[in-house]
Amino acid sequence: MIDPQVLERHGLKPDEYERIKQFLGREPNLTELGIFSVMWSEHCSYKSSRVHLKTLPTTGKQVLQGPGENAGAVDIGDGLAAVFKIESHNHPSFIEPYQGAATGVGGIIRDIFTMGARPIALLNSLRFGSIDAPGTRRLLEGVVAGIAGYGNSIGIPTVGGEIAFEPSYAGNPLVNVFCLGIAKASDIIKGVASGVGNSVYYVGAKTGRDGIHGATMASAEFDEKSAEKRPAVQVGDPFMEKLLLEACLEVMQTDALVGIQDMGAAGLTCSTTEMGSRGGAGVEIDIAHVPQRESRMTPYEIMLSESQERMLLVVKRGREAEVERIFDKWDLHAVHIGEVTSDGMLRVKDKGTVVAEIPNRALTDEAPVYRRPMTEPEYLAEVRKLDLDVLTRDGLKAIPYSGVGDGLPPSRNASADHRSLGEGGQTVPGSQNTALLLLLGSATIGSKKWVYRQYDHMVRTNTINYPGFGAGVVRIKGTDRALALSVDGNGRYCYLDPYRGAMLAVAEAARNVACAGARPLGATNCLNFGNPERPAIMWQFAKTVEGIGAACRALDVPITGGNVSLYNETDGKAIYPTPVIGVVGLLEHADRVVSRRFHRSGDAIILLGEGHGELGGSEYLKVVHDLVRGGPPSIDLDAERALQDLLVTLATERLIHSAHDCSDGGLAVTLAECCFDTEGMGADVSIPGVEITRDPALNTAAALFGESASRVLVSVVPESATAVLERAAAANVPARMIGQTGGNLLRIAVAGQMAVDLSIHEAERVWNAAIERYFAKRVA
Amino acid sequence: MRFGIVVFPGSNCDEDAYHAAKDVFGQDAEYIWHKDTDLKGADIVILPGGFAHGDYLRTGAMARFSPIMGQVRAFVERGGPVLGICNGFQILLESGLLPGAMLRNRTLKYRCEHVHLRVEQTDTPFTSAAKVGQVLRIPIGHGEGNYFAPSDMLATLESNRQVILRYTDPNGELDPDSNPNGSVNAIAAICNESRNVVGMMPHPERACESLLGGVDGRMIFESVVETLARGPERPALQAVGRAF
Repeated sequence: MIDPQVLERHGLKPDEYERIKQFLGREPNLTELGIFSVMWSEHCSYKSSRVHLKTLPTTGKQVLQGPGENAGAVDIGDGLAAVFKIESHNHPSFIEPYQGAATGVGGIIRDIFTMGARPIALLNSLRFGSIDAPGTRRLLEGVVAGIAGYGNSIGIPTVGGEIAFEPSYAGNPLVNVFCLGIAKASDIIKGVASGVGNSVYYVGAKTGRDGIHGATMASAEFDEKSAEKRPAVQVGDPFMEKLLLEACLEVMQTDALVGIQDMGAAGLTCSTTEMGSRGGAGVEIDIAHVPQRESRMTPYEIMLSESQERMLLVVKRGREAEVERIFDKWDLHAVHIGEVTSDGMLRVKDKGTVVAEIPNRALTDEAPVYRRPMTEPEYLAEVRKLDLDVLTRDGLKAIPYSGVGDGLPPSRNASADHRSLGEGGQTVPGSQNTALLLLLGSATIGSKKWVYRQYDHMVRTNTINYPGFGAGVVRIKGTDRALALSVDGNGRYCYLDPYRGAMLAVAEAARNVACAGARPLGATNCLNFGNPERPAIMWQFAKTVEGIGAACRALDVPITGGNVSLYNETDGKAIYPTPVIGVVGLLEHADRVVSRRFHRSGDAIILLGEGHGELGGSEYLKVVHDLVRGGPPSIDLDAERALQDLLVTLATERLIHSAHDCSDGGLAVTLAECCFDTEGMGADVSIPGVEITRDPALNTAAALFGESASRVLVSVVPESATAVLERAAAANVPARMIGQTGGNLLRIAVAGQMAVDLSIHEAERVWNAAIERYFAKRVA
Repeated sequence: MRFGIVVFPGSNCDEDAYHAAKDVFGQDAEYIWHKDTDLKGADIVILPGGFAHGDYLRTGAMARFSPIMGQVRAFVERGGPVLGICNGFQILLESGLLPGAMLRNRTLKYRCEHVHLRVEQTDTPFTSAAKVGQVLRIPIGHGEGNYFAPSDMLATLESNRQVILRYTDPNGELDPDSNPNGSVNAIAAICNESRNVVGMMPHPERACESLLGGVDGRMIFESVVETLARGPERPALQAVGRAF
């Protein structure tokens, strides 16, 4: 019955099958084989990644719960805990963007409330192919609508996120969703089954045939037949989840509950085995009692279904009626399906007949672990070569520009002269104005308003920094505090240098949180990679994890949990290695929050940190010169830590009006973004030049658009400028006053020469249209 | 003053309305479960935003059958002030407590953002503290807020001065680009003929604290608190709003 074809369909290797037989002391039946296949899938077992993940720092005095539970938790004072996690739903979102993204949101929300926390905020990190590539808009529109459809209905605000567009994601979009909840630190609930004889309950949606082998699908590459896998994508029901959320939180107020876990990937199988394994107990269930949506479902199908919005609870014996009453109130049917046992076995019965019997530890702790071979990818030697002199010969001077009167960004291919007239009436080299407009109008840098206005970002009346204004910030009602949240990751950097790219991702997420005035407390990571069976991919993965570890240690943001998504490949082409880091930080005083926007005319603009004109891997090279080359910017983690500490001090002392991190597009883009959404307030600054080539224009571009790390622009009332510079000096952070806010132009002089001279109105129009223009036709 | 906030299973702005009434305005507030048949002595009833029963059918179409709605109807008939916010407005329409219907937004997309609203009428318990023509900045968050009424009903609404708020630009001028959902006559809020029931798509409870980016929603709460404090007599009629 179990032949090589069956094994292959289950994604099991022959040696893995031999281990299964050893554990059981016999041949497994098909149900057991199915259970092994999902629990030993990459998605559930982390078999390729585990040895690397173990090296991450996961402890700290603020950590209340590290990896291994449904979500991590950090102490935020007042007896409260911030419970958070990020998770991917990449594969389902490619196959069915709306439901894939929606159920991703549903899954991460369940992980949070399962811990006894009230979910209060969502973020997401998305990657798509080029915005003008076929298929991208359908995926973008579907994913955004799915996230909105689920989050808005259930009433959890989406307060931030990031989106980038790169050709490498065309066949494998990334949908990473982050959720934050608040719990009493003393009331955190775990996913354990313990206490022999306690009752095992099933509650929520009925079990159907949807999503069978979703976990296995997420552990394989795509090919041209992937569309046929649609039945493996589940359909979300946010209303059902809302009922579950409210009812479960109400049940948790009683002490009748022992443990709880959602049925996510690998459904009933994963929840029963993981809960049993954590509690050092066994779980016995009879699937005849499991509510079923379809008739004649087999034990195999019931155990492997990934139908959404289902929870497994362990309830103290004798307290069942109390729990059932609460679910009744919410019109949910809680069903007794089994008991906790002492023998450490997962035992599945069908009307009393045993249909599967497997030791829990074989499915969890003793699942296969691989130390997969690694080799440095061959492409690296080539892409690291960056010959800037070639650019100056036939690239840089060839940026044509003909104005942006139609509200559209200039095109690299449009024909026009190389100079434009700044609105100040002064003639400036057009190429830098043009390059800035090209960057502002590019999909990755441009405004994401079209996206985030589809998300309810205000429900629960806690949001004090809206999406698009830096880190998302939510106040905590009943306290003076607020939490700042950011998700960041730069796949292009990691493609060019995974170790450094990963450090930069951690640094940027923490820096964004610090820019809001919050002290970073902890992090969660979502690691999106290609096929780990290829040594080059495994090398990228290992280097990335090393980089994350180094940065998290240096910045004191332990990793409290996360998710790994491998096999993000289509037809053998992998995505950029893409770690996405979510950081949570604490603001002691919610009303001292800082956002990216300039506040008032006449403020002094101070640059914290130093630029070195690093163009490797930059948006400038990609957007303006169509080049993905060089090494990403260098980073000194001690300097980064000092900068972040300084930002928290400046915000706490109310010394700054705004703070914005320099990242994609460098200082010029950052400065423009500080001016946007201010009703046209401009800035006039002068920055030092850099010398990276013999070509003066490229040197100017490097000063404007280089992406050197650990830099932040702050604006301050002129009277406070000295105090800010003093604080910076004391903290060993380079700081320099570069100009002031005001007027309606963005003027940037580099080494004394006017380099950028643009009307804010014009620049903002280009920035606002970056994504929206692709959908304009559909807006009546 | 006691605010009664009706909680349908899919309500998600119930806690926000409660927080505004209780913590921001210092009033008494009670949640009222939709299966209850008692308004718990509420002086003001709020039907909050959300997705009452998931709204997979027409929004609000099932909520009208919730047991509490019988009590809400009786409360309305006694002249009690009722405010439906967003989904609450949709439920009032489905229940027949307000005229008209909601269509999907003109863009077919959910929209969450601040909009500008011009106060058209001040002789309702929820706008009595405002001035006619005053412009408020309050957020919306909805996918089906495109108010529709057939032309004869619309004419009646206008002649009875039942249009309470309209979407405008920041200067209070009508402008198609400032109408976020395509509502007919840029209608953002209406009242019933007796003027004690108001439905509005924007969320005043999201604009009551400066920390959240604006306080223009306070007017709605302040109006009803003052109106009830003044006693049972009906507020004096105020100047007729600007003609549409």
